Amino acid sequence: MSAEATTLPTERRSFRNGQNAAALVGIAIVLTALQYSGLLPGWLHRLPEAVIPNFAQWLDAAFTFIKDDLGLLALTRFLTEGLEWLLDVSGNLFFGKRRFPNLGPIPWTALAAVIAVIGYYLGGWKLALLGGGTMVWTALIGQWKITMQTVSVLAIAAPLAFVIGLSLGIAAWKYAWVDRVVKPVLSVLQTLPFFTYLLPAVIFFKVGPTAGAVATTIYAIPPMILMTSLGLKKVSPEVVEAGKMSGCTRFQMLRHVYIPSARTEILVGVNQVIMLCLAMVVLTAFIGMPGLGAKLLAMMGSFKLGRSFEIGVTIVLLAVMLDRMSKAWVVKQPEHFERGTPFWRRHQMLIVGASLFGGLTLISMVVPLFAEIGRGQDFSQGKELDTLIKAFLNIEWVKATTGFLRAFLNVQVLIPFRNFMLSIPTPAFILLVAAFAAALAGRREAIYAVVFFSFVALSGWWDRAIITLYSVVSAVTLAALIGLPIGIIAARKEKWATRILLVCDTAQTFPSFVYLIPAIMLFGITDVAVIFSILIFAMVPLIRYTIEGLRSVPEEMTEASDMAGATRIQKLWNVQLPLALPTMAVGFNQAIMFAFFMVIIAAFIGTQDLGQELQRTLAGTDLGKNFVLGICVSLMALTFDMTIMKWAHNKKRLLGLA
Amino acid sequence: MPADTPVISCKNVWKIFGPDPKGFLKSMPAGMTFDEIRAAGYIAGVKDVSIDVHKGEMLVIMGLSGSGKSTLVRCFSRLHDITGGTISVEGQDIMSLAEKDLIELRRSKMGMVFQSFGLLPHRSVLENIAFPLEMRGQDKHTRRERALEVVKLVGLEGREDYFPRELSGGQQQRVGIARSLAIEPDIWFLDEPFSALDPLIRKEMQNEFLRLQKLLNKTIVFITHDFDEALRLADRIAIMKDGAVEQCDTPDRIVQHPATDYVRKFTEDVDKARVVHAGVLALANETGEGTPVDASATVHDMARMLVNDARDMIPVMQNEIIIGAMPRKDALDILLGSET
Repeated sequence: MSAEATTLPTERRSFRNGQNAAALVGIAIVLTALQYSGLLPGWLHRLPEAVIPNFAQWLDAAFTFIKDDLGLLALTRFLTEGLEWLLDVSGNLFFGKRRFPNLGPIPWTALAAVIAVIGYYLGGWKLALLGGGTMVWTALIGQWKITMQTVSVLAIAAPLAFVIGLSLGIAAWKYAWVDRVVKPVLSVLQTLPFFTYLLPAVIFFKVGPTAGAVATTIYAIPPMILMTSLGLKKVSPEVVEAGKMSGCTRFQMLRHVYIPSARTEILVGVNQVIMLCLAMVVLTAFIGMPGLGAKLLAMMGSFKLGRSFEIGVTIVLLAVMLDRMSKAWVVKQPEHFERGTPFWRRHQMLIVGASLFGGLTLISMVVPLFAEIGRGQDFSQGKELDTLIKAFLNIEWVKATTGFLRAFLNVQVLIPFRNFMLSIPTPAFILLVAAFAAALAGRREAIYAVVFFSFVALSGWWDRAIITLYSVVSAVTLAALIGLPIGIIAARKEKWATRILLVCDTAQTFPSFVYLIPAIMLFGITDVAVIFSILIFAMVPLIRYTIEGLRSVPEEMTEASDMAGATRIQKLWNVQLPLALPTMAVGFNQAIMFAFFMVIIAAFIGTQDLGQELQRTLAGTDLGKNFVLGICVSLMALTFDMTIMKWAHNKKRLLGLA
Repeated sequence: MPADTPVISCKNVWKIFGPDPKGFLKSMPAGMTFDEIRAAGYIAGVKDVSIDVHKGEMLVIMGLSGSGKSTLVRCFSRLHDITGGTISVEGQDIMSLAEKDLIELRRSKMGMVFQSFGLLPHRSVLENIAFPLEMRGQDKHTRRERALEVVKLVGLEGREDYFPRELSGGQQQRVGIARSLAIEPDIWFLDEPFSALDPLIRKEMQNEFLRLQKLLNKTIVFITHDFDEALRLADRIAIMKDGAVEQCDTPDRIVQHPATDYVRKFTEDVDKARVVHAGVLALANETGEGTPVDASATVHDMARMLVNDARDMIPVMQNEIIIGAMPRKDALDILLGSET
């Protein structure tokens, strides 16, 4: 692949990689040809049932041992008590659960006012409007209680993930061995499908909010660890020395020098924790967590599009609000006050917020509308929207278009492709993946690819894994066909680039669940809807990194090509795209990771892949099977992740960009 | 000026970077050069340095980047642990100190100023300056009092509540200086304190620094890569190259008698008349006659007099006492270049 390699050894190596890959592809083609001509023995096409080891049972046995004999269950049930207490408190405050301290629920007006004041403090009028507006919308549309159910878990899970992530991040920075242990675990955790978090949470921490909070917390920890250790490593050595020369003890160093100096990275970590928590807390609907996710799940299940749409808007508003506010916090720097500024001026915001809160709470004791918007008082237009959307979909040309797309994609593209992928013999498929890894990255990655995919074959879920892979590959391909041109065109004009980037950034904060809404609206509950939801979800990083890659091409290079008399197309093909490719590859990789994530969620629509099996395990206690399935998805995702990232890294080095 | 025991005394100090510095130093044959050590996979940050710093003295360590000057000063305060040799501060071997005692030493005796200031970005000017006091557990009131005092000393009144990013480079370094002085240290380390500043501000800060030194009379180790700055400030200069000290002497003697070719490269372009003092030229066994000159006057200061005066021997006076006389010809040679 890397034909324009600069140094000789690299060139030779990439040539050898190419040769290896070609040889592997050759064998795969021969095997497939044999299969088609019916000459291939059956055991070479698919592993016979008899050879497949029963991983699920072994894992189950191991879990039972850990759970019961080692007493882990007793420990987690003990932890559950504490967590449950916390959740009860926040539940009481946010939506009036009848538990200690029996103060709640906080009137919606008071909460909206406080959030608006926080928004103003962090980012001026715009954020105040966004924060207050989101709360008012939620209340008026009649979703206050379910939103607060979600928020009450978020309010416990996010701080918990922050504290654990921060501590582990500090430990990983301080002790090399912790770092060595944590790193690989993190990369697996980040590719593990969320269904795999859910079941253990249910088994060890009971169904409902507690398990939801645990799964959410675990899901959000990894980026906090990474950002913390990154930030601590980046503290300038002179600041460290200044701390030492000031006579700091080790603890004082950490408390007063390292952590405050790493503030930016730590706050970026906080932003990511909040966003991941929100994304996950919505998904915990699958294990019976009440709240926005559960409602959305129910509404989509009964095809109530209007209500689904309204809930989608609430989730999106909540996401955008949390994201913008936490990002504003990242860039907020301390400001000094002139000498002699009175107390009330220094703490203006605090006083305004507190008095608004107090005042509105008092008012709401008298005026019930200020405390809660009851049933029938809200402005929900669910039914009307529903008829509207359905009427729109019934318009002749809309129906014709979606119908045509559905039929065309299904019959002409998707199903033939799927059948083709299923027809390839298992060993041939593994060799093809290995060839892909060898050509792009190298021998090490190819060996990993073989090991990982062999495990998938041995797990006994090969066909479903292939269907998963087929959804991912076809969705990402379609996403690339649409996303890359958009990115390239947008990058041509600065104005458009910034606009589209803003859209992408915003879209990336949406919890993945909401992407199902437009898919179901347009295509109903079909295979095409699955592909469509993955497609829009995966398109976001593709567009984003294409624009960023093209924009980061050094100006003197584009100027040089202009002066060399290149046309726009020549410039694009010969200068901009080659230089942007490593960055674009990162986007491509993210698109694939997103697709693996989405394909599992889309199982809700009804697919025949690993996701559906995974979802089924949630109903029971098939912990072993759940894990095997989860690891299958994770291993496939890891193969791509490793290969593409390695390729991007090599390419960057060759181009002198890294 | 030199007291009996040096404040800092280092003997045969080595600082080697690499996979196993201690083992390498032990097995290393004597007399290996910097490049030979590098070929063996190690970097000699400090190479067999012996140097004393006396009470109230200002020692300037001068060298180009990578010469080991910053490493050496970090060995003095044990920000780096040395590989071989001994360093004692006020008679105590600092390598034998436990962490607690080391912290105590830094809290009570040492202050350090950094090239890029090393200010804590989340603390205001006053909080940065009070930081060392806070670390040693002084109460809020006293540390505020003291910090305000130092703020005044470095001329930052009215900026107490600013944050570092709201200040100019020169002002930030004033904060750095103030912080290092807050605990009233006996020993003051300055690691290229003015290198990050633009030339005009640098000059202003040098003057400011000389004023402070006259006021406080600390024992100072000052690092610079600027030979003119070294000449301007130093009581003694140590010139370093490849981790080793090439020459350590007073500015007068370094410009007059550079020990090595490397040192000569620096002194060649220096206007010696602005460096050499009457006191250095004075011969103790001569007396001369007529109006004496002051020992601290440079040849440049005396230029007009040297040209107009007819005496061969001019008496030199230090603290109202005649310490000898200087031959006018020697001074003129420095002023005009010797006849060859």
